[in-house]
Formats: sequence, C-alpha cells, structure tokens
Amino acid sequence: MSAVTFDDVSRHFGAVRAVDAVSLSIAEGEFFAMLGPSGSGKTTCLRLIAGFERPSAGQIRLFGAPVQDQPPYRRPVNTVFQDYALFPHLNVRDNVAYGLMIAGQAKTDRHRDADAALEMVRLTGYGDRKPSALSGGQRQRVALARALVMKPRVLLLDEPLGALDLKLREQMQDELKSLQRQLGITFIFVTHDQSEALSMADRVAVFNAGQIAQTGTPEDIYFRPETAFVADFVGSSNILPARLVHRFTGRDCPAALRPEALRIVDTGPLLARVTAMSFLGTATRVVLDADSIRLTALLPKDAPRPHIGETVTLDWDASDLHLMAGA
Amino acid sequence: MPSERAPVSLKIAAGAGLLFLHLPILLIFIYAFTTEDKSYQWPPPGLTLKWFAVTWGRPDVWAALRLSLQVAAISTAVALVLGTLCAAAVSRAHFFGRETVSLLVILPIALPGVVTGIALRSAFHIAEIPFSFWTIVLGHATFCVVVVYNNAVARFRRTSGSLIEASMDLGADSFQTLRHVILPNIATALLAGGMLAFALSFDEVIVTTFTAGQQQTLPIWMLEELVRPRQRPVTNVVAMVVVLVTLLPILGAYYLTRGTDAVAGQGK
Amino acid sequence: MRALSDTLWRRPRLTIALLLAPPLIWLGVVYLGALAALLVQSFFSIDHFTGQINRTFTLATYAELFRASNFDIILRTVVMAALVTLASAVIAFPIAYYAARYARGRWKALFYLGVMMPLWSSYLVKVYSWKLILAREGILTWGAAKLHLTWLLDGWLALPVVGGNSLSVSATGTFIVFVYVWLPYMILPVQAALERVPPSMLEASGDLGAKPFQTLRHVLLPLAMPGVVAGSIFTFSLTLGDYIIPGIIGSSRRFIGQAVYEQQGVAGNTPLAAAFAMVPILIMAAYLWAAKKKGAFDAL
Repeated sequence: MSAVTFDDVSRHFGAVRAVDAVSLSIAEGEFFAMLGPSGSGKTTCLRLIAGFERPSAGQIRLFGAPVQDQPPYRRPVNTVFQDYALFPHLNVRDNVAYGLMIAGQAKTDRHRDADAALEMVRLTGYGDRKPSALSGGQRQRVALARALVMKPRVLLLDEPLGALDLKLREQMQDELKSLQRQLGITFIFVTHDQSEALSMADRVAVFNAGQIAQTGTPEDIYFRPETAFVADFVGSSNILPARLVHRFTGRDCPAALRPEALRIVDTGPLLARVTAMSFLGTATRVVLDADSIRLTALLPKDAPRPHIGETVTLDWDASDLHLMAGA
Repeated sequence: MPSERAPVSLKIAAGAGLLFLHLPILLIFIYAFTTEDKSYQWPPPGLTLKWFAVTWGRPDVWAALRLSLQVAAISTAVALVLGTLCAAAVSRAHFFGRETVSLLVILPIALPGVVTGIALRSAFHIAEIPFSFWTIVLGHATFCVVVVYNNAVARFRRTSGSLIEASMDLGADSFQTLRHVILPNIATALLAGGMLAFALSFDEVIVTTFTAGQQQTLPIWMLEELVRPRQRPVTNVVAMVVVLVTLLPILGAYYLTRGTDAVAGQGK
Repeated sequence: MRALSDTLWRRPRLTIALLLAPPLIWLGVVYLGALAALLVQSFFSIDHFTGQINRTFTLATYAELFRASNFDIILRTVVMAALVTLASAVIAFPIAYYAARYARGRWKALFYLGVMMPLWSSYLVKVYSWKLILAREGILTWGAAKLHLTWLLDGWLALPVVGGNSLSVSATGTFIVFVYVWLPYMILPVQAALERVPPSMLEASGDLGAKPFQTLRHVLLPLAMPGVVAGSIFTFSLTLGDYIIPGIIGSSRRFIGQAVYEQQGVAGNTPLAAAFAMVPILIMAAYLWAAKKKGAFDAL
C-alpha cells in the first residue's frame, strides 16, 4: 500500500499557486526526496502531509485514509523541522519525551524511552542540557530523536541538513540513510540540494513552480531528464536547442547532453571555440561556444587539453543525447 | 575600533540630561524628612522621621492606597487577558485589518488622556451608568491593554511559529499546546507586561478624574493636595512611597525581559 | 477538548475571530463608542439661559472655538507643545546619541534604566517635585542666591508673558515641567533611530573629509530625524491634552486640557468641552498622517 497519496492536490495563497494540482504516490518504506528551488512548492507539500497546511483542493491520503480534515496531532507522521523547533524551556530529555508525555505515558517510562532514542542518535548523556547549550548538529539529532521516539509510520524532514557545514552534512547523510534502512519506515525529505537528493533517495520528485516536473529514480533524473528545467536544475547538463538537435537527429525537440559525454575529436559533427578552462583535479572543465550556444565539457585528466581561443571539433555517442519534451 | 571615546562635550551634555531627569525625584526623598510643615523651604531647617508616623496613622491615605491597589489589580487582570488574546491573534496570522487592530489597541494612550477621560465620561452619562469602582476599572483596563499587548507581541514574534507546529506534530491539540508550549514561553513577557500595567494603573490620574465620581485613588488624593496643599509633610511622605512602589514593578519588568526584548515602554 | 480543538484547526478564521472578539468588543464598543459619543456631543449646543443641552445638530459650538478667548487657548497650547517638543529633542539628542553609540554593557543597561525609571515614575510625583523646586522659597531661588544670579531670575520673572510672581506660577515653569515630564518619551525613539546607524557610516563621513560638526549636521541629524518625529508624536500629543501641569504650575492663562475640564465640569457645557477635545484629536490626526508619510513609525 502506498504511504502517502496526493490526488490533484492544490494549495493557493491568494493568487499564488504554491502547489498546483499535484498527484503523487510514495510507497511504504521508501526514501523519497522532494527537490526543487525555493518557492517551487516542495515545502508546502511536506506541510500538507504533516497537516500544517490544508489543501485548497484535492485529496491527501495516508495509508489509504483521507486525512485532509485531520489536524496534525491525529496523523501518524512526525516532522524534523528546518530550524529544529526544539522547545527552549525544556531540557533535551523532556524535548524528546514531549510527545510521549502528551500521549499520557508515565514519567519513568517516557524518560527511559527518550534516553533510548537519544542513544540511537548518539547523544547519550546529553539529556539534562538545554537545547541552547547544544551545537547545530546536536540540535538536529535531538529533533530527529524527538520525532523518531513517536514511532511514526512516515518521517518528514524539512531541509534537515541545510544548516550544517559540509563535513557534518556528509556524515549525517550516511547516518540518515542507514537509520532509514534499519527502521524500515518511509522517509520524505525536502531539499534544494540536488546532490543530496540524488545520493540519498530511492526516488526523487523535482518541483518547479508548484508542479512536479519529473518523478523517478536518481538515475532517471540524472541521465534521462524529461524537461529542460530538470536537466538544468539537476546537473550542469548542456541543453541543445531544437534547431541544433534537428540537424543531428531530424527530431524537432531540445535535448540534454551531459558534460562528461562530450569528447574533443579530430572529426565530428559540431565545431566550438574554447572560451574558458578550469582544472578540477580528476578532470578538466572546458567551456565552449558553439554558434552562440554555451556548452560545458568535462575531459578526463589524461585527455589532451585544448588552448583557450582554439576552435575544436566535438562528438558524442548518440545514446548520450537525451531527447526531451518541449522546453 | 577607532573613535570609541566620546567627546567631552557629549559626555557633559548626556550627563547633564540624565541629572535633569533624576535630581527632582531624589529631592522628594529629602523633603519627606523635613521639619518644615508650612512651606517648601530649602534647605530644610531640620530633619525628622515624625511625618512617617503621622502618615501611617492617616485613614484617608490608607483608604486611597487600598482603592488604588484594588483598581490596579483588577485592571491588570483584565488587560492581561485582553492584551494576550489580541497579541496571539495578531501574531498568529495575516488577516485583513491587522493594522487596524494594532491601532485600536494603541489609540487609548496615543490620544491625550483628557480626550479618553471626557469620552468615557460622556459615554457613562449617555448610558446612565453611575460612577463606581467599576467605572474606574473600565477606564484603566482600556489603556493598560496596550502595555501587555506590546510585551506579548514582541515575545510572540521572537517565539518561532514552528514550536507550535512541532507541538501539534507530536500529538498535542491546541489546548495542550497552549499549556505546555505557548504559556511557558510567553510567561515572563506577560509578567513584565502585567507589572507595567499595574504601575501604569496605580499612577493614573487624568482619566481617573473623569471616571471616579466621589472615590479617591491615591493619585487623586495627591492631586487634591497639589491643588490645595493642606498637609504638605504627609504629601511628601506619600510621594516618596509612591516612587518606591512604582519603582519595583519597573525594575522587575526590566529584569524579566532583559536581553530578550526591550520593555515596551513607549506609549505609557 | 480534542473535538473542540479539531473544529478550531479546521476553521482557522473562527479561531482568530474567537481570539479577537473579547479585546475588540472591549476596545471597539467601550472605547470607540465613547469617542463616538464625544464626537456626537460636539455637534450639540448649550442653551445659555437654561443651561440645557440642545440635542440638535449644529456647528455653532465649533464656531465658538474661534471666539478670541477660546482661540487664544488653542494657539497658546499649540505654541507650547511645539516649544516643548523642540526643547525635548535638543536635550534628548546627546543622551540618546551617547547611549546608542558609546555606552556598552553595564553602562548601556544603566542608561536604559536611567531613562526608563523617570518615564515610569509617578506623573504626579514628578509634577510635585517641580512644585518644590520652583517655589519662591524653594531650591532654585536658593541656588540663584548662592550663585549671585538672583538678578537674572528676578529679571526673567519681570518679563511679560513668560514671567510671573515666582517660577511656579509662570509660563516658564509650565514649560520646564512639560519638558521634564515628556523628555523620556523623546529619548527612547531617538535612541532607537540612532542605534540603527552603523558606526562605519560616521567613519565614512569623517573619511570623506567631514569635520565632526559637518558629520553631525549632514549625516547624524538626518538619520535621527525619524526618531525625533516619532518622539514628537508623544511630546506634542501629551502636551496638547494635559490639564494638570498648567493647573498646578503656571499662570492663570489656560490650555486646551483645562478648557475641556472646566467646560464639562464647572461650566457644565459638555458640547463645548467635546469640541475642545476634538482639537487635539484633529491636530494629532494631521500630525500622524504627515509623520507616517515620513516613515516615522518604523522608529517606534
């Protein structure tokens, strides 16, 4: 059974269509990412699932049951907030035990459960501190423990790693991933960072202007973008306009071509002038201008390097050229 | 950082300004001990503690003090409820007329007290409500709301909205969220607002002269003495006590909101 | 409770309405109702023979405001309010500037309390303290004598309009007490406006060759202006409506507040009192409208 289902769900704020007729289905036990630029509707979707927003139209179902009339406290989901939203007047243990306290669990029981949850996020011994005495990474773990102690069937994470520095972020990515496998529950997380979405999720939905541009596995999204927006947002794909694609394939639609698929060869279909180059260690990034179309190529480190200003010939494998629906 | 030392002229001007603000109040403390009882003679011909005992034995002062404390307590209670509700609504959502609500709350102290006073008096007259303890409270509560409101709004603004969402996400309904999250987080701001409202009501005279009828609050008692001085030494002592009594809530409110949000002092 | 909470969640507008109902009923009905009653009264008139209030619409009461004796009261009050505002701004500026720019840590707290305590101290006690100071036998006369400045004090008191028997029954006395009582209301917003001036901006001005006075004139004062306007809303409004200070410390020439008080009390002419009370409301409405255009409310 699918954990979360959206049927034509819309959320309008006055004239703004934050979420516009979105339909999606997220399976039980799935690690699902909602990816998109800010204002694309991904966070509103998450808030609709949690119950902080109500849909203007459409139906939301959790495990088959319609929930759009259920307040947050009646839904089997819990949220890790972007700003963590730890209660400043409670210590860490009472923060984690808050939901259990509301549910009426006795003090000793809930403190035991809270301590167990803190152990799971490797914060044993921090129970007596106030949230203000913790680092950003520690607060994030407390927020995670506070949600997980409720044993939700779906865990919602709103930009969970956004406020952390790079090293901590990579570490938390691994931890979240293994935690999800270990618990076997559905994780839905919102992010604007494509590499984070692609590396962690089983499936990704790319949002644009209140609608889902594409849903698929990370490989689908990365190698087979369906629209120019996805190609552009997910990677630094080259987008060939329809007139150029027409020349090579006879088809009248734009196409995406990944930088690493471009090769500099002696004879090929496309001429381009080298305008800039940067050394990346394992590869060299070359910026090219082909008939006023900007292209990026990623050359392996053993390939011969052109000079800036030089005109080169480009080639690629036909299978790497990914045709897309209209722009 | 460069130029962190203030010019001497600025120091003198600022210091003189502060002295101008404080010396007159300090003078009251000296006059409370003077032996002179017929005029405001300076320097005092002698010092005595006698007037404290005389004041202590004055039933009219006690009655006025009691009335003022009762009015202040009830007005503060009403203002706490109304001000908090208003602040909660305003900070909770962007709704049509938000600005109007803020303006309405501030109006009773933005307009001169004499306007509020005579407006209430005309209204009582038209509605044929006789003057009583409750007409005083009605006036006081009206202008005390803003003090509570200012403090509560500032705290609500600082309290992240996601705390409320987090609480509901963890299974708490609106009332449980109110009890376990909202109240603990705004308690000190409410206490500070309540103290200031108390001080404001305890001290108010202009509106009170229009809404009090025959009853005498402590400020009205003092006003009578100012207009027709009869017991100067007793007035001196009462003035000193009033300064001390109003000082406590102000300091209390300051320490409660220190480092968080400024005590909303504008628009006393 | 849960069921009620569910209903409130499903109907957020109802929640807002329930929260707002008690304060809006109180303020809207009691306070706005009272103001409306006042407005209505100002369009009534009094029968000067019977003393009865004639409840028919007329502008005659407003016309009375323009009679020389009444118009003098309005003019005098407005001039006093303007002078008080000006003096408050001048005295407030150094305090606010020092507190905003130089005071740090403990000194900052001290400055803050130093302004807040006089602001919140009892209004009547403050007025009373000046009655002690300005009295003929009081500390000011004594101080003038010690400094051999009695001639100056007497000379000032001999002047028409501003002088009188002693400072406590002169317009000068009224002016001093007004400035004293309303000064903190000016300091706080000016300080708030100056807090927002980054020190680097002043250094930039100095860097560009401005002398300290030029920096003050061309950078600091314009930036402090919104604060001054915000503060002046209080000093102006409070002076316009006060009837106690000029009654206790001042000459027999009356101010608007006193006129309101006497007309409705002793004279029993409520319509004229109401019309007088509308004057500060109208002046303040115009003032607030102008101030809003200048963006003064951001500094509140």
